[in-house]
Amino acid sequence: MSLTDTGVTERIANTSPPDAGRPRRRLTERLLAVRELSLLLALGALILVTMLHNDRFLSSQSIKDLLLGCAILVILAVGQTLVIITRNVDLSVGSILGLVAFATGELFLAAPGTPWPAALLLGVALGAVCGAVNGGLIAVAKVPALVITLGTLYAFRGIDYYWAAGQQINAADMPRSFLRLGNQTLLGVPVLFLVALVVVAAAGFYLHSYRSGRELYAIGSEPAAARLSGVPVGRRVFAVFVASGALAGLAGVLYAARFGTLDAAAGTGLELQVVAAAVVGGVAIFGGSGSVFGAALGAVLLTTIGSSLAVLRIDPFWQQAVVGALILAAIGLDRLLAARMAARLRGRSARGA
Amino acid sequence: MAHDSLYTAPPSGAVAGRERGRLAGLRGALGSWDAAIVAGLAVVVLLASVSVPNFATGRNAQFLLLDLVPLALLALPMTLIVITGEIDLSVASMVGLGSTLMGQMWLSSGLSLELICVLVVLSGALLGAVNGVFVTGFGLPSLAVTIGTLALYRGLSFVVLGDQAVADFPADWTDAVVQPIPGTSIPVMVVPVLLLALVFGVVLHATPVGRALYAMGNNGEAATFAGVSVARTKFWLFVASGAVCGLVGVFWTLRYASARGDNATGLELTVVTAVLLGGVSIFGGRGGLLGVVAGVLLLGVLRNALQLADVDANALTIVTGTLLIASVVLPHAVADVRARLHRRRQRAQLTAS
Repeated sequence: MSLTDTGVTERIANTSPPDAGRPRRRLTERLLAVRELSLLLALGALILVTMLHNDRFLSSQSIKDLLLGCAILVILAVGQTLVIITRNVDLSVGSILGLVAFATGELFLAAPGTPWPAALLLGVALGAVCGAVNGGLIAVAKVPALVITLGTLYAFRGIDYYWAAGQQINAADMPRSFLRLGNQTLLGVPVLFLVALVVVAAAGFYLHSYRSGRELYAIGSEPAAARLSGVPVGRRVFAVFVASGALAGLAGVLYAARFGTLDAAAGTGLELQVVAAAVVGGVAIFGGSGSVFGAALGAVLLTTIGSSLAVLRIDPFWQQAVVGALILAAIGLDRLLAARMAARLRGRSARGA
Repeated sequence: MAHDSLYTAPPSGAVAGRERGRLAGLRGALGSWDAAIVAGLAVVVLLASVSVPNFATGRNAQFLLLDLVPLALLALPMTLIVITGEIDLSVASMVGLGSTLMGQMWLSSGLSLELICVLVVLSGALLGAVNGVFVTGFGLPSLAVTIGTLALYRGLSFVVLGDQAVADFPADWTDAVVQPIPGTSIPVMVVPVLLLALVFGVVLHATPVGRALYAMGNNGEAATFAGVSVARTKFWLFVASGAVCGLVGVFWTLRYASARGDNATGLELTVVTAVLLGGVSIFGGRGGLLGVVAGVLLLGVLRNALQLADVDANALTIVTGTLLIASVVLPHAVADVRARLHRRRQRAQLTAS
């Protein structure tokens, strides 16, 4: 399998505009090429089917639960997207989330009067420090992020267990104002989800409109070429890992606020779910393509599948299998579209157009 | 593999080449990393038997080896797969699915246990073939595919058996797998592990197929032009990996006398850790089976010794993570320092002359 090939064709697939107006391109194919749209369609179809089965699925309470459920995954998926776009991966986010969540609980145990914004900032800072460890090790060792973050996945989780030593933190140990953050709604929308929306919008705007944001795509498409054209590759990748760590820290604090009960196992195994959300959302695993909006929609879709299976009375044990099948379908679809697009581009350049 | 070298190897190729020339006799025989890891293993065993009570007992050795059987078995095909530049993250889920299939068949089919074991190994091979088709047939990145099948197979293993456990396997079978070889404290199961290790070792190091694996890991395209059927070889590697997973599923079920959907959850990351610790490059094309076997043993001995020394089992993941990071950071740091020293020496020679 030729890796660079995948990256290139997939990039072509997502930067569609030049021939968008051509009549020969079939409509369905054009729609499928915009991943966000096909995700929205899938999400809509899923909600419709579920609603036909049980109309209470779209009651305000259940929508609230749904939004609350996906907020944390969305935030993590945004951080992961930033990393994957640069042709790296961060497997340690679940462990960072667990560590920060527990640290937040400990903070309130040690200093019950801490105002929650301070706790939030401290959590984000701790996450950023963890991310800096990842980024620093990757820069020093010059080895793939997969290996380093696999190592820190264990290391951070181990520190978490060592610190917790079997202890559990309960909701009663945390101030009311902080816990309210996790359940409060603003105009019917959970605050948690609003935070996630802000994160998605900010990251989306950054990736789309900032020079350094565009450079992340350049790095992921071809690191060597990016370096030759003057992109500070090392610095950007380091920054991306710090950002991913900080977002995982934010997610950790929100996790603590939402669930209240914490032990050292919080967020175990979350990393694969996050990567899955990004991949389903159309972020190419070899970098250079994808958007945070797609990844966020992927996270929402994965969460919604979980709740609709319950409503549809399908054995909840099917959930994970469906998620797996969805990942395979998503990358298969990407491949198919990329191959057709590449064939078309070849044909056009052969005609000299 | 996946994350193509964003940070390419330090520019010490020529230096390393000359160095190798000088020390060829010493290093060519063993390979420096293999030697280092075997030496590390010896040191750890010595230290542990001196300082940790109950470590150097026959009973402990028996448990240690027995606990390592699944890891050792899974690491064998994984080594070959990583050497070709691919990865298989679905191994633990295949073990889980094999285990529940075995439980379900024992529960409801009335087949003899011998036949069931054979069927489980065959279905493992089938699961591996699905991975192989996606990776080689459709040309999809193995990292993404096997994250998908990781979720899919784990989900299916819950579908097969739900959250119940099957535990009524005949006692003579469950006893047989934990029996030591008469007169020693070495478990019988070590024999098939050694045999398989021998087979994989011979294939990797002494056959044209094995050389071809390194060739495709270094440059798949060049290997194709050299007449290696890259796709077919990789496909069969994934099939072999699946079959070994089925075997481990059988062993796991009998060893713990329990077939459950969550058997071996999370083991995939430990397997990858052991393989990388054994000196196999995640980029493919480098590494050997001896190092991996030593890596598996080192991982097992360290964890066992620390557990006997009353370190919390979960906090032990710090050790796993640190070992993994050290195993990739140290060689790079050493190579870096050596290259720098060499340059300085050259400069000194130039100024002197």
